[in-house]
Amino acid sequence: MSTTMNMIKVIKLEDLAIQIGKEVHVKEKSIAIFRLSNGDVRAVSNRCPHKNGPLAEGIVSGEFVFCPLHDWKISLVTGEVQKPDDGCIEVYPTEIRDGYVYLGGL
Amino acid sequence: MKKKLVMIGNGMAGARCIEEILKRDADMFDITMIGDEPYPNYNRIMLSNVLQGKTTFSEININDWDWYKENHIQLISNERVTEIQREQQQVVTNQGKVIPYDELIIATGSSAFILPVPGHELEGVVGFRTIEDTERMMDAAKQYKKAVVIGGGLLGLEAARGLIDRGMDVHVVHLLPNLMEMQLDREAAKLLQKDLEKQGMKFLMEKKTTEIYGDQRVEGLRFDDGTSVECDLVVMAVGIRPNAAIGREAGLAVGRAIQVNDYMQTSDPQIYAVGECAEHRGIAYGLVAPLYEQGIVLADVLTGKETAGYQGSILSTQLKVAGCDLFSGGEIHESDDTKAIVVQDQLKGVYKKVLVRDNKVVGVVLYGDASDGTRLFSMLKKESDIQEFTNASVLHKAGEESGIDVASMSANETVCGCNGVTKGTIVGAILEHGLTTFNEVKAVTKAGGSCGKCRGVVEAILAHTLGDKFDASAEVTGMCSCTTLSRDEVVEAIREKGMHTPKEVRIVLGFKHEEGCSKCRPALNYYLRMLRPDEYEDDKASRFVNERMDGNIQNDGTFSVVPRMYGGTTTPEDLIRIGEVAKKYNVPLVKITGAARVGLFGVKKEDVPKVWAELEMRSGYAYSKSLRNVKTCVGSQFCRFGTQDSLALGIRLEQEIEMVDTPHKMKMGVTGCPRNCAEVLTKDFGVVCVENGFQLYFGGNGGTEVRECDSLTTVTTEDEVVQMAKAYVQLYRETGIYGERTAPWVDRVGVDKVRMVLENQDQVEKLAARFELARDTYREAWSATLEDEQRRNMYTIEQR
Repeated sequence: MSTTMNMIKVIKLEDLAIQIGKEVHVKEKSIAIFRLSNGDVRAVSNRCPHKNGPLAEGIVSGEFVFCPLHDWKISLVTGEVQKPDDGCIEVYPTEIRDGYVYLGGL
Repeated sequence: MKKKLVMIGNGMAGARCIEEILKRDADMFDITMIGDEPYPNYNRIMLSNVLQGKTTFSEININDWDWYKENHIQLISNERVTEIQREQQQVVTNQGKVIPYDELIIATGSSAFILPVPGHELEGVVGFRTIEDTERMMDAAKQYKKAVVIGGGLLGLEAARGLIDRGMDVHVVHLLPNLMEMQLDREAAKLLQKDLEKQGMKFLMEKKTTEIYGDQRVEGLRFDDGTSVECDLVVMAVGIRPNAAIGREAGLAVGRAIQVNDYMQTSDPQIYAVGECAEHRGIAYGLVAPLYEQGIVLADVLTGKETAGYQGSILSTQLKVAGCDLFSGGEIHESDDTKAIVVQDQLKGVYKKVLVRDNKVVGVVLYGDASDGTRLFSMLKKESDIQEFTNASVLHKAGEESGIDVASMSANETVCGCNGVTKGTIVGAILEHGLTTFNEVKAVTKAGGSCGKCRGVVEAILAHTLGDKFDASAEVTGMCSCTTLSRDEVVEAIREKGMHTPKEVRIVLGFKHEEGCSKCRPALNYYLRMLRPDEYEDDKASRFVNERMDGNIQNDGTFSVVPRMYGGTTTPEDLIRIGEVAKKYNVPLVKITGAARVGLFGVKKEDVPKVWAELEMRSGYAYSKSLRNVKTCVGSQFCRFGTQDSLALGIRLEQEIEMVDTPHKMKMGVTGCPRNCAEVLTKDFGVVCVENGFQLYFGGNGGTEVRECDSLTTVTTEDEVVQMAKAYVQLYRETGIYGERTAPWVDRVGVDKVRMVLENQDQVEKLAARFELARDTYREAWSATLEDEQRRNMYTIEQR
């Protein structure tokens, strides 16, 4: 139960279009939330480690988002930048309750 | 009972040797490695890339801690062997550990040579050899401004460039008149120095350092000619000294380093040495390729495999500094019995020299264009007879057939010197992981991941390994990395098989990723809508951000708003409204765009729909792959030279063609007379008005690669101009590759082919009709978004 206590309610699930990212600001952090085609909801830092590209605006394919500025490919599950580029972004746990998306790790 | 194999050292050469032993027989030895650095082994030659900020420490690990565990290797790190007790066959560490051995390998490497001048022990004087050295240099760059690198060799120049990249002011001090004198001749060295000076590196040539002065931290250097230079950091890159003391104290034969025979055996048959601490036939090597070759020989010897022994290495060198393309291998300077083939292009700063003895290449020095390095070096190593080449053609770039002969390369030969990747590793990876492209090989093996010079060889190995299955152009013309099918094959399959959705296309055509990638998603969305305008529903999620959000994303995540101004015309009312909206939303930049409209730049995402709504103007589609604008001159309405109403025609063209997706953006122009003030001869479609009609032009481009239009035909009425424009755009829509402008499209399909189709009136009518059918399915983007709550929702940012 303690983990759910720290989860923050951020957005209605139905307001998330499939494969189109959503930018939310929580505790002064910019976070990109995605609803993948398999139904999973994923949340990551909205800043590409390369040049701070807003990942919420990227094209989503499977579990990956492509940064809109220079096309870096990043896993929304692990936060890892895919080869040949390198890097990692913060991943936040998500939870769906009563039709709302909750974020943790903040 | 397994034999006990002990290695003193945990560096690149040693670890490589152990890897080779494990590959041959993983169960033969109990292995212990003792290293005095507190890290698993790492790729030392990449330290200069770390310093230059091109990679990070974690990326240069060769084997992490798990590797030792998985292979049951006992690693004793941060500990030093102080004594070899040969009688008892055991080594003793500085912590008092005693480790017995059956076979012992010394792989202690070397240390940076520190000039023994007064002051060399001052704070701020470092070598460039280890992770600690690199960290100290990076820390110094944060606090201090001035650095001096002593030594204008390979390592010194890489260090200097790295410090410049980290914001320091750098002098390189060199004892001799030429840089990299071990690898370059005078000509090439001068070119290199010039290029490096352009990058901001300063040189103090022919200076001998006599003293490093300073209280506690270094403050400067003094030279033997009485001059001096101030600095807060000194990097010594004057050479390396083999760590041979342990061998000398144990009574082994030691010259410059620990002497070994062709089987890497020291004067004690149970003790071997590899790497920089070993001296073979009088040479102690300091580059990575020979060390790897030695490791392989030793692995063969220890596991009882047959080996011809180590025969010495011919060295080749490249410099890891951007903007300095050089290659050097074999002999450098002419001698009495060598002849030189030299090509020099002072305009381009290219210098190439090949030294020949008895019709064989014995030395290569290339500067400015080193692309032939691998090929020439391979000729050198194989001692190919060059009689069949005319002299100049030896230096010619390899054609298709005379390319690098990878078939005769041995599996052990190093292809990528930066990351120490051999041909065998690459072939193994290709077969094991089913790799088909250079980028895939790079991702798996790291070959070509640093300087990228070996790309040609890697591709040749791919071609050799895969045979007909390898298509070098696949990376370019295959639609994306998800498929090897070309645009035409995909479009044809959609037509033939009657596919309706992108997902269906990807599954039926066996795309590697079921959901595609950022390349094929927008492309398939385009092709499907082009082929099925009446039924396919545009997929916003497949659109690149600019087209999804109907504005160009800027580098800070804001957007631009560029309203439509047909033919470059506006009204006082519109201008006032634009000004008021720009003020209200604090728009940081208002600018006339390249396409003759007013652009608002830097609009915050959440303000974008509000700005649209308050402007009450149509989208200028300044972000999309479709018609951007029609540039006009004022024409006969106002100009005394105007022959026709070019302004009105331009406005009509823009109104009739706008909004419809095309493979790439399009720009058009209509000019009122041959003076061509509207610059229409570099447009995708251009109209020049003349007294008796309208000359039509196509396929021009004023952007990336300038291409002048080809002439299409002359027509007599405005209606014909508009119909021809629609037919032309539709032909481009139906045959262009997504992302291909009309200029390369025309070159690809042929100018005559385009003319032939558009000379046929029947074809023109059909194409124009299909264009109109498509056009009827489009709605103006901004008003459509404003009416749709879900689409409007894309611009809001939730605050929690």
